Amino acid sequence: MMDWAALTLSLKLSAWTVALLLPAGIVMGRVLAWRQFRGKAAVESLFALPLVLPPTVLGYYLLVGLGGQSVLGKLYGDLTGHTLVFSFPGLLLASIIFNLPFAIQPMQRGFEAIATDIRDAAACCGMSPWRIFWRIELPLAWPGIVTAMVLTFAHTLGEFGVVLMVGGSIPGETKTIAISIYDRVQAFDTAGAALMSAVLLALSLAAIGVAYGSTARSGRRA
Amino acid sequence: MTPGNPGLQLDIHQAGPIPLDAAFACAPGEVLSLVGPSGSGKSTLLRAIAGLYRPEEGRITLAGETWFDTRRKIHLTPQQRSAGLVFQSYALFPHLSARANVAAAMGHLPDVERSARAQALLATVNLRGLEDRRPDQLSGGQQQRVAVARALARDPKILLLDEPFSAVDRATRQKLYIELANLRHQLQMPVVLVTHDLHEAAMLADRMCILHHGRTLQVGTPEEVMSRPDTPEVARLVDIRNVFEARVSRHDAEATRTWLDWMGTALEVSHSPRFAQGERVSWAIPMERVILHRRDRPSRGEHENPIGGTIVDFVVLGPNVNIGMRVDGPGEALLQMSVPAHVAHRNRLGLQERIVVSLLAEAIHLMPWSGLERRSRD
Repeated sequence: MMDWAALTLSLKLSAWTVALLLPAGIVMGRVLAWRQFRGKAAVESLFALPLVLPPTVLGYYLLVGLGGQSVLGKLYGDLTGHTLVFSFPGLLLASIIFNLPFAIQPMQRGFEAIATDIRDAAACCGMSPWRIFWRIELPLAWPGIVTAMVLTFAHTLGEFGVVLMVGGSIPGETKTIAISIYDRVQAFDTAGAALMSAVLLALSLAAIGVAYGSTARSGRRA
Repeated sequence: MTPGNPGLQLDIHQAGPIPLDAAFACAPGEVLSLVGPSGSGKSTLLRAIAGLYRPEEGRITLAGETWFDTRRKIHLTPQQRSAGLVFQSYALFPHLSARANVAAAMGHLPDVERSARAQALLATVNLRGLEDRRPDQLSGGQQQRVAVARALARDPKILLLDEPFSAVDRATRQKLYIELANLRHQLQMPVVLVTHDLHEAAMLADRMCILHHGRTLQVGTPEEVMSRPDTPEVARLVDIRNVFEARVSRHDAEATRTWLDWMGTALEVSHSPRFAQGERVSWAIPMERVILHRRDRPSRGEHENPIGGTIVDFVVLGPNVNIGMRVDGPGEALLQMSVPAHVAHRNRLGLQERIVVSLLAEAIHLMPWSGLERRSRD
């Protein structure tokens, strides 16, 4: 049996993560691509940390960091009367953090690929910084931005360890499709697990297809 | 030329990271070429004019408008300056058509006019019919033309060209030279051309400015700079290889001659009273003004400064032969000359052969001594 609530929740979580990381990733990727500042290497390493950290370890620290005893957790509790952990907003925050490298790195590479001369030329053409961003930078960095969005979306859809640690498995609130698959296997419902796995596989393939397709198209164009 | 428009005036100084000590001017309609070896600061100066580089100290004014002045704390952005810059890499927007590249610089025009105006500019640079191509669908020469059209699209107050011919093959380059030479007569603004190619500068520029380590060493017409360099340093930069040191032994105003003592040999040169008797000077002679004596008919000319020596370098370069002659005497001086290959053959020239040459008195150019002469063999 298909767990529609879990699939919907996963898609919702992925969409929100992409929506929030898109502008943030563009800003951070652009800054990291072109600016030199003290501690840049440290910032880059920190953003890359979720790539190498075991998901359960990251999940543990997020659980502690967002928990009721933490500053952030307390503040959220005072404001909303709810806990941040084991809730959708908490899960979304965790999702954003563990997706940082997937969003920022491709975008940073995308902006790095734009030669300084091109940006200088745009300034010499009299284009305002805002216009340069929309007309020159964004189209040229687009393959990197698409890759980042697709990777973030697909990665959120399939993440297990962090979600389990921070969100638990509350149906309709934090029980994502990856966790639902695990539950089905535990319950010996192999048919349900197989169906949902196939859906995830199809979604992942589609995402990769979109990413490669858009990169190849702009590769021909550039 | 607009009356009263002073064109470009630049005076820039900075200690580092790129040392600059430059001052020059360029009138409307004039082509000034900045010439110097790579790393001499040419491109940096161009970027400073465009507003892409901010020097430590100085002033840049254009048509009476101050673009940059450290004392008055003025530093206009590239957008505020209106300078058309052709990049060495062209820096075309790869995702836009030729027309859109040019139209991108027309923010000052209403939308409806841009396309037609871009079309017209592309026609001016002989790109009619290629307006819809993207840069990767254009040849190097065509890309350069788009870059020139885009630089002009803003109706800029100055046109800046950064090594615009370096990325194309020789045949295309010749074609582009002619196009630029034609185009410049339609331009009312100052044009600054950066190049490391003396030949290119001499061909295209009204005046050239020799730069070295960020310092402007000499500004003048190509003819002035290349035949009458101010200093031995300029002489070396304009590729005059025969630079030596000597002492003024006497002036003969009546005969309009000055005599030099060059390692014990008396050299006769044009009357040069600005150097005192006994003063140490540098002198230079272009390779092509060193005249080889025919073996069967030695010269006994009065004003010819006959010099004997042995051939120690003999390099055939196409139709010419570059010859290095070790001058007789204690100085070990190496005099370089170029002769047509058939002349070398007829005179049976070769390594270790002895020859006699004449240094034409009028061709010898005197400069203040600077101590750089010893490196003239580089």
